Amino acid sequence: MIFALAVKSLRNRKFTAGLTVLSIALAVMLLLGVERIRSESRESFASTISGTDLVVGARSSPVHLLLYAVFHIGNATNNLRWDSYRAIAARPEVGWTIPLSLGDSHRGYRVLGTTPDYLEHLRFGRDRRLVLAQGKPFADERDAVLGADVAEALGYKLGDSIVIAHGAGDVSFSLHADHPFQVIGVLSRTGTPVDRTVHVTLEGMDAVHADHDGDEHDPLAEAKRAKVEAPRHDADTAGGRHENEEHAGRDSQRAITAFLIGLKSRGAALSMQRLVNEYSGEPLTAILPGATLLEVWEIVGAAEKTLFAVSALVVVVGLAGMLVALLTSLSERRREMAVLRSVGARPMHVFALILGEAAFLTLLGIALGVAALYLGLLAGRQWLESRLGLFIVVGWPSAYEFGLMILVGTAGVLIGLIPAYRIYRYSLADGMTIRI
Amino acid sequence: MDVSAPATSQTLPPQRSGGSPGDVVELSGVRFSWSGALPFVIDIGSLRVARGERVFLRGPSGSGKSTLLSLLAGVITPSEGTLRVLERDIGALGSAARDRFRADHIGFIFQMFNLIPYLSVVENVCLPCGFSLRRRTHAAGGGGTVQAEAVRLLEHLDMGEADVLRRPVTELSVGQQQRVAAARALIGAPELVIADEPTSSLDADRRSAFLDLLFRECARERAALVFVSHDASLAPLFDRAIAFAEINRALPRSSAANAS
Repeated sequence: MIFALAVKSLRNRKFTAGLTVLSIALAVMLLLGVERIRSESRESFASTISGTDLVVGARSSPVHLLLYAVFHIGNATNNLRWDSYRAIAARPEVGWTIPLSLGDSHRGYRVLGTTPDYLEHLRFGRDRRLVLAQGKPFADERDAVLGADVAEALGYKLGDSIVIAHGAGDVSFSLHADHPFQVIGVLSRTGTPVDRTVHVTLEGMDAVHADHDGDEHDPLAEAKRAKVEAPRHDADTAGGRHENEEHAGRDSQRAITAFLIGLKSRGAALSMQRLVNEYSGEPLTAILPGATLLEVWEIVGAAEKTLFAVSALVVVVGLAGMLVALLTSLSERRREMAVLRSVGARPMHVFALILGEAAFLTLLGIALGVAALYLGLLAGRQWLESRLGLFIVVGWPSAYEFGLMILVGTAGVLIGLIPAYRIYRYSLADGMTIRI
Repeated sequence: MDVSAPATSQTLPPQRSGGSPGDVVELSGVRFSWSGALPFVIDIGSLRVARGERVFLRGPSGSGKSTLLSLLAGVITPSEGTLRVLERDIGALGSAARDRFRADHIGFIFQMFNLIPYLSVVENVCLPCGFSLRRRTHAAGGGGTVQAEAVRLLEHLDMGEADVLRRPVTELSVGQQQRVAAARALIGAPELVIADEPTSSLDADRRSAFLDLLFRECARERAALVFVSHDASLAPLFDRAIAFAEINRALPRSSAANAS
């Protein structure tokens, strides 16, 4: 009875009630949206390297190594020697390895030199493997397999010829034009950095740099050679690193940026990590990607918390708006309450009526906010995936999200206690005679 | 109806000592003050209203009429004395019991702004049945429904046209709103109907028609009617009339300003 009265009363004040619901809905959508993007971005990052037990690179900070080797963010300060890679890959604990050679680019997209093991063993998401949408895997040194975004953004199709450039920037003045690659495959979308990468074989990468070495008339290369006198592996710029790569030459002298390890048994990860870190051939760093991701989250945690705090404040503002709307309606509703009292409503009924209105507004706001969030995610999922690499799963709200909704609902009801108590006091004092 | 204080010029029956079984209202030495301390705003030696009786209670603003109505309705309780409604000692009942008692036995009509604006005409009339099982049962008696009884009452009050029933209450004329309020007060056959200046916003013709309808319905259910107004010209229409200022011995009057 009281709840039905509350709903009808709100319907009578649809404009202010609608605005209140809208503000709560937007606040809830923002709060849950921030939480969803936060958790999904973590999930997305974590899913980029599912199944990889260790990442190994030249000695550097673990976070730096993870970012440049896996997420293609930033550049390596040093390379590691091919024979070091071979020695570690030959360990009995190792199930598979994927060498990674970075440093070149194609029209702003990273070029990755690797082996067919990349397509075989790399996993993303929940143990999903890379799938070719078109064409076939790379095998020859002139073969290139494109990530989905590269193919789509640049409009490439199978058989097209591409030229890679020196360095990782959007614009390069040093093209490896004498060693073009041919697109022979395009990968299906993964929602990971793979989509934004051009994949070639290590041999192809070697050939590019061998050709480049022979280019005696490259003024840029000559200037660099004259400038860099230190041993190549000490160079600390992309250009210097690249010189390392380009002069690494054939198999025996090859240098790679990093490599991924899949162990036969996960239990061996820590001992293998220690073994790599203590490798005597050259200073190397091995990281457990999951543990290092936690370090990354610690770094970005402050920004996340700030964003969450802002969205929580928006919820507070939304609920405060409801409080104002209810409080301002009280004076004009005292006669309505007197009528209700005259037909037998108790002060507690009047209290419950206002509290019921607050609860209804809050619940409706939450429901609309969640609905709007899901519609937004469904509509924007493709964009988030392609532009930000966020692979959003539109499923049931998580327990934490349900917890947030319950928290907002409880806060709405608690805030409703304020006008409810005031009308209760009015009701006791007024009875059936409004004494203002 | 009996009063112990001097009556108005209207004819009043002789005083009786003690109430009779037919009394709906019986006040005995009732005093009331808002703060629980002196001065009293209500001080009535004796007042009785019999079943089916129509009583006109006249008095100026601030004389404590509305406070008396709140006492009769059990919203407040006497500071001193005994107030019995339908032979129940209202002062002895707890707050919840008084609310239930009011819902079950008393119908109320206000001066104006009588209706809940977000309810339909029929929903407004049915409202008391939402708070009282007794009135719900009574209204739906004989195999009918509460809504059917509401429509029946509205038809008796010349408000039964379908377009009127469907219209939002805020679009009704003041006269129509008062008739809907009367139907709400009468649904479920309460034994006591209290009307607090219900005709003050009606013109003479509408006032007369409204009173005819109210009297007819009260008579049909044998409900006692306590009708408060400051318009002395209405007094002859009632069984009896009381000048409230003369039965309320509370003084000084200025302290009773809060009472109405």
